[in-house]
Amino acid sequence: MNFANAFTPEKLEEALEVIKTKFLFATWETLYATILATFFAILIGLPLGMLLVAGDAKGVRPLPPLLMKVLNVIINLLRSVPFIILMVMVIPLTRAIVGTSVGTVASIVPLAIAAFPFVARLVEGSLREVNPNIIETAQSMGATPMQILLRVMLPESVPSLISNFTLAITTIMGYTAMSGAVGGGGLGMIAITYGYNRYRYAVLYASVIVLVIIVQVIQSVGTKLAIKCDKRLRN
Amino acid sequence: MIEIRNLSKSFVTSDGPVDALKNVNLTINNGDIYGIIGMSGAGKSTLVRCINMLERPTEGNILLDGRDLGSLNKKELREVRHRVTMIFQGFNLLMQRTCLKNVILPLRLSGVPKAEAEKRGRELLEIVGLPDKANAYPAQLSGGQQQRVAIARALATDPQVLLCDEATSALDPKTTHQILDLIRDINKKLGITVIVITHQMSVVQEICNRVAILEHGAVVEEGEVAQVFADPKADATRHLVYPEMADSVAISDEHGQRVRIIFNGGPAAKTPLIAQMAMEVGVAASILGASTRSVGERAYGYILLEIPGGPDELAKAVNFLRKTPDVTVSVEVNYGENKGVEA
Repeated sequence: MNFANAFTPEKLEEALEVIKTKFLFATWETLYATILATFFAILIGLPLGMLLVAGDAKGVRPLPPLLMKVLNVIINLLRSVPFIILMVMVIPLTRAIVGTSVGTVASIVPLAIAAFPFVARLVEGSLREVNPNIIETAQSMGATPMQILLRVMLPESVPSLISNFTLAITTIMGYTAMSGAVGGGGLGMIAITYGYNRYRYAVLYASVIVLVIIVQVIQSVGTKLAIKCDKRLRN
Repeated sequence: MIEIRNLSKSFVTSDGPVDALKNVNLTINNGDIYGIIGMSGAGKSTLVRCINMLERPTEGNILLDGRDLGSLNKKELREVRHRVTMIFQGFNLLMQRTCLKNVILPLRLSGVPKAEAEKRGRELLEIVGLPDKANAYPAQLSGGQQQRVAIARALATDPQVLLCDEATSALDPKTTHQILDLIRDINKKLGITVIVITHQMSVVQEICNRVAILEHGAVVEEGEVAQVFADPKADATRHLVYPEMADSVAISDEHGQRVRIIFNGGPAAKTPLIAQMAMEVGVAASILGASTRSVGERAYGYILLEIPGGPDELAKAVNFLRKTPDVTVSVEVNYGENKGVEA
């Protein structure tokens, strides 16, 4: 069967049927997996990113260089494993946590594991943007390292963090589509299983269009929010 | 009282160790507005950061009311930093927080309840003249206003010492003047000792009572501002007090006899000294360079004269000039082979 045959009236009708019956739920599954995976990725990645900045030799609370080295290597390692391989590698862990390695909920585990090192790096970048003079000023006021992190660096980098978290959500959404190839649910799974594998290319394209629209919406909301939060731009 | 004893600080850089401060000894009394002045790279910022231990001295001690700050543990040091606060050239306000939140930050960090801190914060904004800016963000304020907020923040913990690190260097002259007025007020009304780091002699002149001149990490001169202005001894001080003098030094390499009149704060600068000299002793001097300024009600500065003729004319001129009160006369002669300076 070739590409042209994928758009015969019969195929289109089948495709329309899939879109009508499966799309709404699949979209929900995608959002659900994305939001929960992002939540867990931030839950782990935010403190980890803070640790990377604070524990640095020039940070507010330097930690043993060896420990920092190990942390950095682990993060780089996790970041360099292709997501599709990582998903398979963590199947035992996924089973241990969720009870199964198939489905939308199960896909949250590898998604969060793949995304938290990425989020940690993003947080690290945001915090490093904070004006070092402001950190010094906080030290001159007698702030503890923890206070500097939580009450100076974090609030000062909120606009940058929002931008970066937006980037994280959209990236994780891309990963959810990939997880459809190995048992995850959502639009990615619909696109591959009901679309590509059965030559209903219209389903494939429709899935992509929905994903694109969601990403666009998230991105523009995130950008607007970041700008709105940034009190440096108030004049 | 702050005593700086045998303070040295060296940094290890990629080009090897750098001695930022060399055996600095200073005593800053309660109620002083103490100026520490020097060119960039003289070590001023390092010195002021040693006073609140943002930089750990390599050697020597900082004593605050007799207590060695180097011996304190972290908690005690944080306590001291409530007593010795700091303002900066770049204001360093939290840009994502309102002015009020900025001002009360030190209080909130030390656990003062929000309502109480905010009440105090509003009082402080009143003191610095910005009662209506509590809910404004720093980006909405001018540089001078931002520095006022920073000053309010520095006053939040009722400090006994305020460190000003080039606090007016980013401001225009008029705003600088206003901020210096505010600092002087704070010193007088609240009895806070102020240490002013600057590269501008005008700042020292305007508010300081004592000054130390720092060059290449060492104190080259120290004393009452009026004294130091009147009779700058170290080269670095002369450069700062009379930046124009550098030019006249170059002229004195040529053949000639020159007299430098230094005004030590008397009314001398207001009398027609040169004209009188021409009329009374008949020496028509030409002016090679001059720079005068007033400190408070008194005049300081110098005039560099070229005296025509030979040693006789020079002697007449010097005798005449030395009769004037409150001036120091120094002679620089260069007759070719015999070159020298005589005080």
